[in-house]
Amino acid sequence: MLYRENGQFKTTYRQDQQMLPILQDRIFMALLLLFVFGAGPFIFSDYLFLSILIPFLILALAAIGLNLLVGYCGQISLGHGAFMSVGAYAAYNLALRMPQLNFLVVLILAGLIAALVGLLFGIPSLRIRGLYLAVATLAAQFFMDWTFARVKWFTNYAPSGSVSTATIDIFGWTVDTPVRKYLFLLAVVTVFALVAKNLVRGHMGRAWMAMRDMDVAAEVIGIRPVYAKLTAFGVSSFYVGVAGALWGFVYLGSWEPLAFDINLSLNLLFMIIIGGMGSILGSFFGAFFIVALPILLNQAPEWLGIHMSTAMVSNLEAMIFGSLIIFFLIVEPQGLARLWAIGKEKLRLWPFPH
Amino acid sequence: MKRNRNLIILCVGLLAGLIAPLATGASDPGFYIEVLLGGLMAGVLYSLVALGFVLIFKASGVFNFAQGAMVLFAALSVARMAEVMPLWLATLLAVGIMVVFAFIVERLVLRPLVNQDPVVLLMATLGVTYFLNGFGQTVWGSDIYEINLGIAKEPVMILQSVFQGGILINKDDVAAAIAAVVLVALLALFFQKTKTGRALRAVADDHLAAQSIGIPLNRIWVIVWSVAGVVALVAGVIWGAKLGVQFSVSQVALKALPVVILGGFTSIPGAILGGLIIGVGEKMAEVFLAPIAVKAFDLAGGGIENWFAYVLALLFLLVLPEGLFGEKHIDRV
Repeated sequence: MLYRENGQFKTTYRQDQQMLPILQDRIFMALLLLFVFGAGPFIFSDYLFLSILIPFLILALAAIGLNLLVGYCGQISLGHGAFMSVGAYAAYNLALRMPQLNFLVVLILAGLIAALVGLLFGIPSLRIRGLYLAVATLAAQFFMDWTFARVKWFTNYAPSGSVSTATIDIFGWTVDTPVRKYLFLLAVVTVFALVAKNLVRGHMGRAWMAMRDMDVAAEVIGIRPVYAKLTAFGVSSFYVGVAGALWGFVYLGSWEPLAFDINLSLNLLFMIIIGGMGSILGSFFGAFFIVALPILLNQAPEWLGIHMSTAMVSNLEAMIFGSLIIFFLIVEPQGLARLWAIGKEKLRLWPFPH
Repeated sequence: MKRNRNLIILCVGLLAGLIAPLATGASDPGFYIEVLLGGLMAGVLYSLVALGFVLIFKASGVFNFAQGAMVLFAALSVARMAEVMPLWLATLLAVGIMVVFAFIVERLVLRPLVNQDPVVLLMATLGVTYFLNGFGQTVWGSDIYEINLGIAKEPVMILQSVFQGGILINKDDVAAAIAAVVLVALLALFFQKTKTGRALRAVADDHLAAQSIGIPLNRIWVIVWSVAGVVALVAGVIWGAKLGVQFSVSQVALKALPVVILGGFTSIPGAILGGLIIGVGEKMAEVFLAPIAVKAFDLAGGGIENWFAYVLALLFLLVLPEGLFGEKHIDRV
């Protein structure tokens, strides 16, 4: 009834090509943004901010980054946790050594440095693909883990190897309380998600998707594989690097070298498998799922009156994650984003059968 | 020709790296041989895990990330069951468990995902890894368990007359090496002399052709996952007897990835040789190269064995993408 596009005629190319072609979608998006920006800070609790929303937003950004590479360009990476750590340590060192820099500049620079490193490790993708590339990116993961744990300069000669960051200050507005962190992240993520959505609609995204679907055919119709793959690696690591910097500065505050280990890389991969490969929206779904499920698993036994040890909960979590990955790969390879799309399709007809 | 040249360059490079510590006088021969043997020992374990990878990859084209989890699960099963029954019975039962596991994986994971992209299958085995790790530790517990094979652990001094100070060798290391050799010999016999082995080789050569002459692919997959499970069991028992059964055992799979790159995805001799090269290379690098690097760059400790294997594998990828013994064909982009 409500969700129908009858009568919405598109009379110009501009209207036809817009990001949200259906009026109801635009209204929904506007209301959603109004809600999360306007009402969110007043009605959400600090617990919700700190344990769900802040990690969710950052990981969603990282998942978008990984999705650009894996979902859109079809290049597998098991080393994106490493690129997050590059972003985090780059931001740490920039903020430490050039304190006069604005945090936004630091963030962008950290992303660019991560993009450079990503490009470097993306070079093998020009010659190899699939499983071989998975191993090459794993090499990046282990090498970066080691670099940040052992090369003392990166951690500013901290004896324990762990670093802690100063409070973020943007034009006199300090990001210290949970509400402010949330608003800051929300703004950053909104901008980056919007850019990503438009990137994948533009010529760059189309080149990536052509490369993913069939590289030989893409080359034949004039897409340069070097350009397509390296831009995918660069943009993807830029996003992930920014997410890493935010993860370190806003969420963790202080962290140890192994905060960005292979489990983080695998978790990012799970987010996009569960959320939906090749979907920006899916990255949000997946990130939310991965953040919320452990919390739910921790709480659920108490609600049911069963006592479970933490080891039990983490084992259960691993089992559920594992089964869900297999389940989604078999039943719905497009993930939660596809379920959302199916829901919308159904809603268009509802309540009529045809 | 180019391949041969590259191969020669790589071999010369590896050999040069191998004898460098000795030639430059950085170490005395006795200590050098101890390091070498230690590396070979670790290499045997990498080879065993890589062997599991290669078996499954050859037969079903699946890159089995879960091999490490299988090692852990098998070792946990043996360790916990051996607490209440004799070791041989526990091992037999564990073999049974691995066969059941192979059956379940084939039914629930491989069959629905047949003909999918290799990367999708890789991600599915990632799911299997998580599930198996969680399941194993739920059922068997997540402490450190011991497997007692009844072999004395104290090292033996040999060749005292040849080298100053002699060489220390662990008896259980020797036993492990012998067990590995026996396992590989048995596998070779199984593959060459039995009907099932012939079917397995046929499937590995060409799925379609094998299916068209009536070899049941599904059953072959169950068999090959079972064999990989048994290999994982042996690797797990050896590892567990040496260092105790704990979660870190499953991480050995990550070390086996470079091994299969080095040896070639489809070659059993490649997996064995690759494992030995990685094992020795890693130990040598850690003992002889790391102190130099620490001094030169003022690092906080060595630990380069964490990534050395991967760098070696990357080097191979650049020069010799199909590995030492892999099939010549490779997906070039």
